Amino acid sequence: MAREMWKGNEAIAEAAVRAGVEAYFGYPITPQNEVLEYLSHRMPELGRAFVQAESEPAAINMVYGAACTGARVMTSSSSPGISLMQEGLSYIAGTEVPMVLVNVMRGGPGLGNIAPSQGDYNQICKGGGHGDYHPIVLAPASIQEAVDLMPVAFELAHKYRNICTILIDGSIGQMMEPIQLPEMQPVVRKEYDWAVSGAKGRERHVLTSIYLDVPTEEKINLRILGRWREAQANEIRFKEYYLEDAETIIIGFGTAGRIALSAVRAARALGIKVGLFRPISVNPFPYKRVEELCKQAQSFLVVEMNTGQMLKDVQASVRNRVPVRFYGRLGGVMPFPDEFVHEIQEMIKNPGKTEDDPADLWYLRMMAR
Amino acid sequence: MAVTIVNPENLVYARPKGFTDTPTHYCPGCTHGTAHRLVAEVLEEMNILDKTIGVAPVGCAVFAYNYINTDFVEAAHGRAPAMATGIKRVLPDRVVFSYQGDGDLASIGMAETVHAAARGENITIIFINNAIYGMTGGQMAPTTLPGMKTTSSPNGRDVETQGYPIRVSEMLATLDGAGYIVRRSLHDPKNIRLAKKAIRLAFETQVHGLGFSMVELLSTCNTGWGVTPLESLKWLEEHMIPAFPLGDYKIAPSVAAIKI
Repeated sequence: MAREMWKGNEAIAEAAVRAGVEAYFGYPITPQNEVLEYLSHRMPELGRAFVQAESEPAAINMVYGAACTGARVMTSSSSPGISLMQEGLSYIAGTEVPMVLVNVMRGGPGLGNIAPSQGDYNQICKGGGHGDYHPIVLAPASIQEAVDLMPVAFELAHKYRNICTILIDGSIGQMMEPIQLPEMQPVVRKEYDWAVSGAKGRERHVLTSIYLDVPTEEKINLRILGRWREAQANEIRFKEYYLEDAETIIIGFGTAGRIALSAVRAARALGIKVGLFRPISVNPFPYKRVEELCKQAQSFLVVEMNTGQMLKDVQASVRNRVPVRFYGRLGGVMPFPDEFVHEIQEMIKNPGKTEDDPADLWYLRMMAR
Repeated sequence: MAVTIVNPENLVYARPKGFTDTPTHYCPGCTHGTAHRLVAEVLEEMNILDKTIGVAPVGCAVFAYNYINTDFVEAAHGRAPAMATGIKRVLPDRVVFSYQGDGDLASIGMAETVHAAARGENITIIFINNAIYGMTGGQMAPTTLPGMKTTSSPNGRDVETQGYPIRVSEMLATLDGAGYIVRRSLHDPKNIRLAKKAIRLAFETQVHGLGFSMVELLSTCNTGWGVTPLESLKWLEEHMIPAFPLGDYKIAPSVAAIKI
């Protein structure tokens, strides 16, 4: 198939169509509007369900209903809209029904702005809604990777009866790149033994997230945890660049990881032995691989477009064995590769102590600028 | 003790197939059981039990799925019309209904209710209006009458500070997407029979693809109102019907033409 120029949001929408999405429910919010707009014509022309809901809470609850039928369903939004969906996401997790969520992150907190940010990492990866649950989160760094992950997202959501989130930011949603779209898959509605469809010729199915009997609720929590542990064991995804002889390793996800790759290449041109580790599954996070890299790395540089949210996951792996430095830009500011190169050089000059608090030192450097 | 009916013509009362064999959790005197039974009877009479999916609310009827014998999902508070929309759009040939109280439908879920009606969503809502939050212990509802005492309006609903009750049927009847909107009452046998007819026509509206349908049922909450079951029926008749007049608020011509 030919490579074509596609805008990120539209490419993601088309990739979802080709992955067999049967129903989409959404609400306008920048910078993800093109997903909704594209599907508003694409879904009806294929005879599939599309509703522009009256609000994000309504959209996620339409997804909740459609997900209960076992169909492949999705919604998309951006940070403030995702906050509004958290109630529904918790119910979906508690009812153990599959769905795909696309979060095109923007600057925050509050109304923030419409520039690219990674400020929702904690909200998306660590739950967001109430209760004990763990959504699967994939963080592509390019439009090609995003479209390649769309069918994977549906497969994982249905395999683990869980929420699978594609976590990108406004830059991936808004930019255009040449990509190759995946092949069109036929829509396949599986007959699940839990889905509702009308109890014709079988026992009736009831899908709920309320268990007033507390030992039963504990069992449900353990069942949800059991599926999550399987995902942790089987669904770790990451990409490594220039790691063979790297003494310094940058860790960044999504757009920050992509900018870091440019920085690594620039630093390599200066003769610095630096490589990049880019988590793609940010939940489950590749803790073990980062731990292994501690044997090789003399120091780590964590780069994010937030105040160091993924940093905490890296630190949980490194456990003070190797010095870690952090560099973040906030509120919709995109870092340039030069800034990362400068950080690499500074770190090599002074790797610091393993017990240093990288977020604390970064904050002091930011305030001294 | 099992009873054998020798002559079928002597059978005057039995559990409908639309009901499971489950002891009720509702308070003695509550009309939820009556409303549940009417829905179960209608679904059985229309022979659609095996193609119906119910959406239970948050409130006293949260466990509606324990009684009504169809596939069921349990919604978040107020979101049942959105959830029903999601199911109906994926399974348009199935029958989808929600069963919601006044706090669920007319307070936290008002946006979902109004927009489902505005879209002409082909779903049916059974709306239980008992003017109070039953499950949480009797707080003021969006349909609580002026001057009515509840646990959160202990001196009686003061319209100056707590506003006025909402007449949902009248409001939804203004929307073009609504096919069938009526208000009935469950306070005596005659009205219960009329309520059942309305529930039947609401489901027929959906089966014929004629848009959004809702039956509002004036109901009692003797526990929340602090009266006996018998007093509650009388109170409904004397106080609720004047505030929420019974009647047909919207019957689209295509719905009126349905022959049952």
